[in-house]
Amino acid sequence: MTQSVVVQVGQCGNQVGCRFWDLALREHAHVNKRGLYDEALSSFFRNVDLRKSDGGDCCVGGRIQHLKARAVLIDMEEGVVNGILQGPLREVFDSTQLLTDVSGSGNNWAVGHLTYGSAYREAIVNKLRKAAEHCDCLQCFFLIHSMGGGTGSGLGTRVLSLLEEEFPDVCRIVTAMYPSAEDDVITSPYNSVLAMRELTEHADCVLPVENQSLVDIVNKISVMSHGAKPGSVLRKDSTVTSGQGSLSPTEKPFDAMNNIVANLLLNITSSARFEGSLNMDLNEIAMNLVPFPRLHYLVPSLTPLYTLADVNIPTRRLDQMFSDAFSKDHQLIRADPKRSLYLACALMVRGNVQVSDLRRNIERLRPSLPFVSWNQEGWKTGLCSVPPVGHSHSLLALANNTCVKPTFMELRDRFTKLYRKKAHLHHYLDVDGMEQSIFSESLSSLSELIDEYHQLDATKARLIPDAPRLSIAR
Amino acid sequence: MSVVTVQLGQCGNQVGQELFDVISSDAQDGQRKTYSSVSRERFFRQTSQGGKKMRYNKNKAPRGFYYDCCYVGKVLKYFFFFLRVPDFEARAVLVDMEPKVINHSMNRAAKSGRWRYAEASHFSQKQGSGNNWANGFRVLGPRHRDAVEELVRREVEHCDVLAGFIPMMSVAGGTGSGVGTFVTQCLRDVYPSSFVLNHLTWPYGTGEVIVQNYNSVLTLAHLYQLSDALLVHENDAVHRICSQQLNLKQISFGDLNRVIAHQLAGVLQPALTPDSCGAYSGNPLGELVSALACHPEYKLLSACSIPQMASASIAFSTFSWPALLKHLRQMLIANTKMEEGIDWQVRPPPASAGRTSSLTAGGFNASLANLLILRGKDVYSAETGGFEDPAIYTSWLPPAEALSLWKSPVPFDKYEKSATLVSNSQALLRPLDDMVRKAWNMFASR
Repeated sequence: MTQSVVVQVGQCGNQVGCRFWDLALREHAHVNKRGLYDEALSSFFRNVDLRKSDGGDCCVGGRIQHLKARAVLIDMEEGVVNGILQGPLREVFDSTQLLTDVSGSGNNWAVGHLTYGSAYREAIVNKLRKAAEHCDCLQCFFLIHSMGGGTGSGLGTRVLSLLEEEFPDVCRIVTAMYPSAEDDVITSPYNSVLAMRELTEHADCVLPVENQSLVDIVNKISVMSHGAKPGSVLRKDSTVTSGQGSLSPTEKPFDAMNNIVANLLLNITSSARFEGSLNMDLNEIAMNLVPFPRLHYLVPSLTPLYTLADVNIPTRRLDQMFSDAFSKDHQLIRADPKRSLYLACALMVRGNVQVSDLRRNIERLRPSLPFVSWNQEGWKTGLCSVPPVGHSHSLLALANNTCVKPTFMELRDRFTKLYRKKAHLHHYLDVDGMEQSIFSESLSSLSELIDEYHQLDATKARLIPDAPRLSIAR
Repeated sequence: MSVVTVQLGQCGNQVGQELFDVISSDAQDGQRKTYSSVSRERFFRQTSQGGKKMRYNKNKAPRGFYYDCCYVGKVLKYFFFFLRVPDFEARAVLVDMEPKVINHSMNRAAKSGRWRYAEASHFSQKQGSGNNWANGFRVLGPRHRDAVEELVRREVEHCDVLAGFIPMMSVAGGTGSGVGTFVTQCLRDVYPSSFVLNHLTWPYGTGEVIVQNYNSVLTLAHLYQLSDALLVHENDAVHRICSQQLNLKQISFGDLNRVIAHQLAGVLQPALTPDSCGAYSGNPLGELVSALACHPEYKLLSACSIPQMASASIAFSTFSWPALLKHLRQMLIANTKMEEGIDWQVRPPPASAGRTSSLTAGGFNASLANLLILRGKDVYSAETGGFEDPAIYTSWLPPAEALSLWKSPVPFDKYEKSATLVSNSQALLRPLDDMVRKAWNMFASR
């Protein structure tokens, strides 16, 4: 069984990460009835016996003594991390996993990437190495950060390139929170575009998530729970809708949105942790879904978002789950994948779903989904037997789809609006090591990416004839 | 006489476990003693640590005493009769690059109570192959070559007479296809005079893994040089059998695997062959390969069996050899794997039609060679003339050579009469063509 390390950078990254650890503990508590430290737990947690003098890690199979998360928490201001350490999750982290500074990055990518990146390089590499050494077989780094701020985007992408340098064989999966149009940070377009270039070059795959979509989804859930038909009761204990039943009694404002992203991470790793009839490991995600190295942006969508407390799940509801996964309301960025071209699609199913249900739904949905000509039947499927807490089954769809192109184009437009006027540019250029060429390079990298998606899009309507096959001499 | 199975990857391990399950329950169901003992010798070995599984089975077995030192044992000894049940360990090596499936299979086997996997015959790593054939073939295979060869060698040493190897794998994933190809190569190198019959599972056409076509093409190309014969089951066909023939509403991979195991066991269980002179064949793989793979360029075999029905319906059905064989022949000619929806219009082309350039002329499936295995009651009176019709074979092999017939008077897997047909025919041509076409399209893009 392999282990993964979660690196959370910046305010957003740490808040989402905090929800993730909470939900992970809840999920394992639900599944692991005997209190033994098993392989599934070891993928995200270490079992530490504090009485041992060498701060000893216990191996798999013994009783749970003390769980420590395999995480590195980085933030350039102390507020969020201190909040975590005073909250109910304080036991799960120890001080060697944290890296904080006092003053923050001032929403400035250059400060995060260059100033703090160089100042803390050694410290960051040491902490990462320590976390990696505690792992028997490290498979993947999960990096969580936002694109709009300073620390998350700047220092986060610096950490990404450090991970590529120090651990080239380990997969890097980045969950990046993209700013919406009405973002509260004025310079977020600059930060995002500068960070995008790093993501395109150094990440193995990126799961973009937009705040606005999360807001829409949370609103839909609350409408459902307040305006539900009489007789149908919304199950309150599902992990997607609320953190109730978890450690913290009061919910903070962004908690509902962060829960969704945390669920995304849990579902991606579920098949690697738990048993199933068709396992799907993390390295298979990049292998199957990334046809060309730069096009590694996978649009996630998570269903179901809530369950009614009916006990029987008729087949129609299961089919509804599959249809929902492809509707634009359930995508975690604002995009409509059905209108754009699919390069590849992965369906990770959890719970009591059989291969016949999967086949039936793929055949049903396939005609309405435009796939690229050289991957007409390209589906990657995974079946995991353990459902998430509060649901009997769930589906995570990861689509490599050209619908990210409009998102990137909007980002580029917002960037050029500011860049044309050179607004706020001096804050960046004042930073040691920052030059104007970095801006133009990032812009051209983004433009090239958009171009590549555009070229694939252009093949959408055209009927590409099969390339002539090699003929065998008779 | 003994066959060593090498189970590779998730699919190989899951199907292999179902196969041993079917074989052990078939050999046990009050069958004739020679049949059971030949079957057991072929697939299992008995160990002396059989004391753990104790069964109180007054009706079936001769009475005996079991001596135990402890008090409980003494008390039970005075008042009950115990049968010492020998432990059967499968002659199998389980290989996977991640541990979950092997653990699951070993637990399920042990739970059956009739047989289990040997404790030390498995090899697993922590991290899978990532659906990457190159990773399996070039990196993981060579890296773990010694460990796997050691396990196989130990298993072979337990055999009195080695009949051959059956590596079981899927062609879509990374471990089964990549590591499986490498392991087949190693078996060829280390045991050059043994028979190697690969059992392959082809994935659904509508996708289980996006790079499945690449993995499949690479695997088949290599295996064609290395293996003696490739026996193929396609997920699509088996799925159709489950849904239309067995009428299962919700089909799981376990159901698919049981159908595959049933067909495979129908081929591999003991039978009387023309060469074995009145006893059960001691060389099943060799005789199968020599009967079917008559030309080194034609090694793809497919299997179909009849009858296939839900186990609840078996008790209410009657079977007759003429009906079974007539259906089976039409299944062969019309290239379907089940009795539902046979196209009776398909006929062999008249002799004057000459060669056609399309893949299959008018839906007719021409065969190179066929192996018909009949099991059950009145098997000696079954009329198999329909399979000797020269029109269903090619012109350069006389039908007497092309058809081989194996029989066993012992009923198989609860069916009073059953027949399995292994054929070297054009049946796999269309799926193979699709696979190569999709792989080529993906490769030739940009």
